[in-house]
Amino acid sequence: MSSNAIIYISICAVLSLVSLFLDRGKTLAGFKKGWNMFKNVLLPFLNILILISLLLYIIPPSVISQYLGSGSGVLGFSVAALVGSITLIPGFISYPIAASLIQQGASYAVVATFMTTLMMVGVVTLPLEIKYFGKKVAISRNILNFIAAVIIGLVVGIIL
Amino acid sequence: MKKFFRKYQKYIWLVAFAIFALLSFATGFQPGKAIGTNFNHSFIEMVTFVPFLFIIVGLFDVWVPKERIQRHIGQESGIKGITLVTLLAMLQAGPLYGAFPVAYMLYKKGASIKNIFIYLGAFASLKIPMLGIEIGYLGIKFTLARTLVSLPLFIGIGYLMEWWLKDKNFKISDGSQ
Repeated sequence: MSSNAIIYISICAVLSLVSLFLDRGKTLAGFKKGWNMFKNVLLPFLNILILISLLLYIIPPSVISQYLGSGSGVLGFSVAALVGSITLIPGFISYPIAASLIQQGASYAVVATFMTTLMMVGVVTLPLEIKYFGKKVAISRNILNFIAAVIIGLVVGIIL
Repeated sequence: MKKFFRKYQKYIWLVAFAIFALLSFATGFQPGKAIGTNFNHSFIEMVTFVPFLFIIVGLFDVWVPKERIQRHIGQESGIKGITLVTLLAMLQAGPLYGAFPVAYMLYKKGASIKNIFIYLGAFASLKIPMLGIEIGYLGIKFTLARTLVSLPLFIGIGYLMEWWLKDKNFKISDGSQ
């Protein structure tokens, strides 16, 4: 078993026991909630795992490290920041993608930029954001977050 | 038949892939076997921790009274205000556009411009369920580095937005028009 499994199963077990001890009904409701959330993400999750396993076979690691690796420079950053800003990939699905990119030779800086733009910048949802905040503010927020995402990517790359 | 098909349409990739993998193993088709093995590894990795993470999130959900916190949050200022909106954001789940209605609610309740944008920043990058998955897939070091670098930046964005919009009659609408 992976260390992930051990850590999460232990935390889950301890919390469940404490919770069961405190309130049985609440605990069961919590289990049900958690399980339903998992069920909702399971299918998209499996589909993305299928896609990843296909792509890992088709795209050789050398290509990924060439375009997204530490030597990729401005190009890698631009690709990561643009794809992250434009696409609307749900967070939980983007993590396995990010992890396999790193395994295949992408740099931490590039992956951090991708993840952060994905989380903080939303070009596709901009029309919706404008409805709430107005054009000027929504666009400014996205631009500021884009700049922040690139800084985060660079600094994370330097730290790790 | 048509109804049946529509109901199970969403499983089409899964079924197609399962058939492809089984056939590959049965006939010894090398690329198919390699892809199937790839999938198997990532599936086991996922299924041994993600369900447990969601159970933890579910327990969190029933024990932490999110709605009550939300009701009492808004006008606090200074460090306390920043901490409270950040914590409230961390308890949420879902995509960023789900945060806009909450931003409207905070605005209605008189939260400062700064805290509203800090809420959006924290919502985008510090949600607990997401941090759980991030730690699982990218490691605690990556997650810590990313969050610790992000935190001052989106607090800074909050200050910047407030400084810019303070006298500009800034409004948040309910998103209906």
